Amino acid sequence: MSAMFFYLFSALLLASAASVVTSRNPVHAVLFLIVAFFNAAGLFLLAGAEFLAFILLIVYIGAVAVLFMFVVMMLDVDFVQLREGFQKYAPVGAAVGAVLFGELWAVELGWQGSPAASSLANSPTPATVDNTRALGMVLYTDYFVLFQVSGLILLVAMIGAIVLTHRRREGTRRQDITRQQTRAVADTLETLQVRMGAGVQELGILRPKPDTLTAEVAPAHEPADWEH
Amino acid sequence: MSRPIGNTDMQQGLLPVPLGHYLAVAAVLLVIGVFGIFLNRKNVIIILMSIELILLAVNINLVAFSASLNDLAGQVLAMFVLTVAAAEAAIGLAILVVYSRNRGSIEVEDVNLMKG
Repeated sequence: MSAMFFYLFSALLLASAASVVTSRNPVHAVLFLIVAFFNAAGLFLLAGAEFLAFILLIVYIGAVAVLFMFVVMMLDVDFVQLREGFQKYAPVGAAVGAVLFGELWAVELGWQGSPAASSLANSPTPATVDNTRALGMVLYTDYFVLFQVSGLILLVAMIGAIVLTHRRREGTRRQDITRQQTRAVADTLETLQVRMGAGVQELGILRPKPDTLTAEVAPAHEPADWEH
Repeated sequence: MSRPIGNTDMQQGLLPVPLGHYLAVAAVLLVIGVFGIFLNRKNVIIILMSIELILLAVNINLVAFSASLNDLAGQVLAMFVLTVAAAEAAIGLAILVVYSRNRGSIEVEDVNLMKG
C-alpha cells in the first residue's frame, strides 16, 4: 500500500519538476514547484521523517515558493523574450543531463554499503519516541553548535536581503530621528503679544513663515512619489 | 547477521520500497534540475527554482539513507540543507530584484558588469 503511494508521489514529483523547468509561464513554474514540494513531503512522510515533511510544507511552500511568486509577479519583465534560445540550449542540457544521469546510475549499480553501516550510526533512531521528539533530542544536544550556526546563517541572509533591496528615494518624507531629538523649544515655539483686532497678516506673524515653507518643504501641488 | 547493503540486497529499514528506488527518484530529480539550469540560461528565476530542485534531491537522498540506516543524523543534515536553501533563495531573489531595478531586465546572459 505505501509502496503504491511511493510510486504515485515519485511520478507526480518528477512530472511536476519537469514542468517547472520547461513551462512557458514563470507563474506556472512556481505553481508546479509547489506541487513538487508537496509530493516530496509525501516521500518524506513515507520514509518516516514526519517533522521534515511538515517543515518542507511550511518553509518551502509557505515561505520560499510564496517569495518566488511575489518576485515573479513584482518584476515587470518580458518573460517571452527570456524564452529565446530554448531550442538552442536544449541539446547541450540534455547531453550534460544524460552524462550526469549515466554517472549516477553507474554509482548506483556499483555501490556496496558496508555491512557494519547500521551499527555505526552516529545517532540511532530511538524506537520508542516519535520522530519530532527524537530529532529534538539530538538537535539540541549533539548538533547544538550547528543548529546555532544555521540560525546565524538565516540572520545574515535576512540582513543581507534587507540591505540589498532597501533604497532611499528622492521626494519621499522620512523620519529624521537626529533632527527630531536635537530640536529645542526655541526653534519651534514663539510667544507673541497680539493686539486686539489686528490680523496675523499685518502683524507679520503668519506661521509657518512663507520662506521657510518653500525652503524646507516641497510645494503642495507637486505630486508625491506614491501618488503615481 | 547483518547483510551488506547495495544494489543487490538493499536494506530497507523504515522505507516502504528498497533504498535504490528512493535514490533513483533523487537522481532523476537532480538531473532535471541540472537540465533546467541549461535550458533556461536567460531566466534567473527558473535557474533559482532549478537549484531548489537540486537541493530537494539532496534532501531526499539524506532522508532515504537516514531511514534505511536508522540514523537520525541524515534528517538533521537535511534540515540544515533546508535552512541554507531558504537563505540562498532569499538572497538570490533580493539580488534579482536589485538587478532588475538597475538594468530593467533579468537576462543573465549579458551580466558582465564586473568584467574589467
